[in-house]
Amino acid sequence: MNTVISVSGVSKVFNQGRDNRVSALESINLEIDSGEFVSLLGPSGCGKSTLLRLIGDLTSPSTGAVLVNGKSAAQARRGREYGMVFQQATLYDWRTVSRNVQLPLEIMGHSREQREARTQEMLKLVQLESFGRHYPWQLSGGMQQRVAIARALAFQPSILLMDEPFGALDEMTRERMQMELLRIWEQTKNTVVFVTHSIPEAVFLSSRVVVMSARPGRIAGIINIDVPQPRNFETREHPRFFEKITEVRECLRQGETNTHKGPPS
Amino acid sequence: MSQVADLAAPIEQELLPQPGAASRWRDRLRRFLPPAIVFVLALVLWEAVVNIFHIEGFLLPKPSVIAATFIAESSVVFPAGLFTMREAVGGFVLGSLLGIAIALATARWAAVAEGMMPFAIAVNSTPIVALAPIMNQWFGITNPLAKMSIVAVIVFFPVMINTVKGLTQVDAAALELMRSYAATDLAVLLRVRIPNSLPYLFSALKVSSTLSVIGAIVSEYFGGSREALGVYISQQAALFHFGEAWSAIIIACLMGIAFYAILLTLERLIMPWHVSIRATDEE
Repeated sequence: MNTVISVSGVSKVFNQGRDNRVSALESINLEIDSGEFVSLLGPSGCGKSTLLRLIGDLTSPSTGAVLVNGKSAAQARRGREYGMVFQQATLYDWRTVSRNVQLPLEIMGHSREQREARTQEMLKLVQLESFGRHYPWQLSGGMQQRVAIARALAFQPSILLMDEPFGALDEMTRERMQMELLRIWEQTKNTVVFVTHSIPEAVFLSSRVVVMSARPGRIAGIINIDVPQPRNFETREHPRFFEKITEVRECLRQGETNTHKGPPS
Repeated sequence: MSQVADLAAPIEQELLPQPGAASRWRDRLRRFLPPAIVFVLALVLWEAVVNIFHIEGFLLPKPSVIAATFIAESSVVFPAGLFTMREAVGGFVLGSLLGIAIALATARWAAVAEGMMPFAIAVNSTPIVALAPIMNQWFGITNPLAKMSIVAVIVFFPVMINTVKGLTQVDAAALELMRSYAATDLAVLLRVRIPNSLPYLFSALKVSSTLSVIGAIVSEYFGGSREALGVYISQQAALFHFGEAWSAIIIACLMGIAFYAILLTLERLIMPWHVSIRATDEE
């Protein structure tokens, strides 16, 4: 396996040199291989979203470096390597579903035929072929989020960055969306970095879970999830699934106690 | 997959039933009937009050008298209305184009916005028709440009302030997405900022449409061409020809409503996606 994303010695400090200085991340080292599904898991304030944003070059590290295929994160972003999905679907109200999916393609200068073909393909992938002409407000939250995934994948980025994409959905929709995402991932073979604060979600989806602890944000441990692939609804009842959930929970708890024992900063 | 069908079902149901033509007419009738009844009752009451209390015609003419004068004077009040409407529309177009242009500049160079906004907001809350006598001096009392420039100044500020708001108050995540596409500033402007500003722009334009008719007529009260509606109203009122004055006021009223309605229609055509238009039985 070849490393795609390499985070080395990264720290992020907000409000540097001021009273409300916050150390969001400290000495983060992480390597992610091509085609991996990695979750960043931790309590709020552990810097998991910040780490994702650093990888996606939406913010830059205070120290250290993020490399993507040997290039800087900024170069990777300019090279359109990232598809992003946020907690809110962030669809553009004034565009229909298919024109939302087309947006990145328009910006990247694809021809109309290419755009339309690609959009059809993507809507098929997320099983919303018949909703192309609808406006976002006419769709349910889960459907909106699927449009957001279709849009993120439309320009075939190699890396999918997802920041709690199912966080605003109800439990049932959420589990269905997790299955959908795995099905899509099996087809597209993207490298996925997925931020969540749900332990079962992280374990169910990931090949590895990066457990983080807060104040300052650090990696408490990285856990391989050797639950058999491909995952399906039976996975959730698999004994290995429960063992891994326990292991992740232990790791989270240890991360917490270490923080409390740690030297006052 | 059946799960998809489950998700889709409630939406299809919401969208599918199109009301038949008959029920649509019934809806319209239900919407327009109450105001129509109120209107007719108000006219009847007005007529009755003037009759019962023997109110003098020069104080408050009866609706029937106004209607008769309106028809008799239509060859005068309609051209006067058109003349004033040209001033209002001319000033409106001038002011809103300028407002939009400055707004685009301020959205591009944040410093311009920071420097200008406090003043724009201050000027926006001053009564601009007060400038009318000065404009009459600058451009000449009968020159339509004098009135157009008043209207333009009235329209400029709300349009500019609202457009700046719409261009800058964009969802942060929407901008981050554009960043992840490595979109140019121009692409962000065209594909996110401008569409985002349209609802703001239209609410300013709708308010400005009525303001511009008011602005044109009030500045004509300070003097203007004999063909102008405002001049006609003030002269007829001075001569105690209240039937004529009221006829002209009806024209002014119709002008304001027509202008507003045109913008409302434009808004619906340009932004069929917008929240305000989704529920069609409002407004």
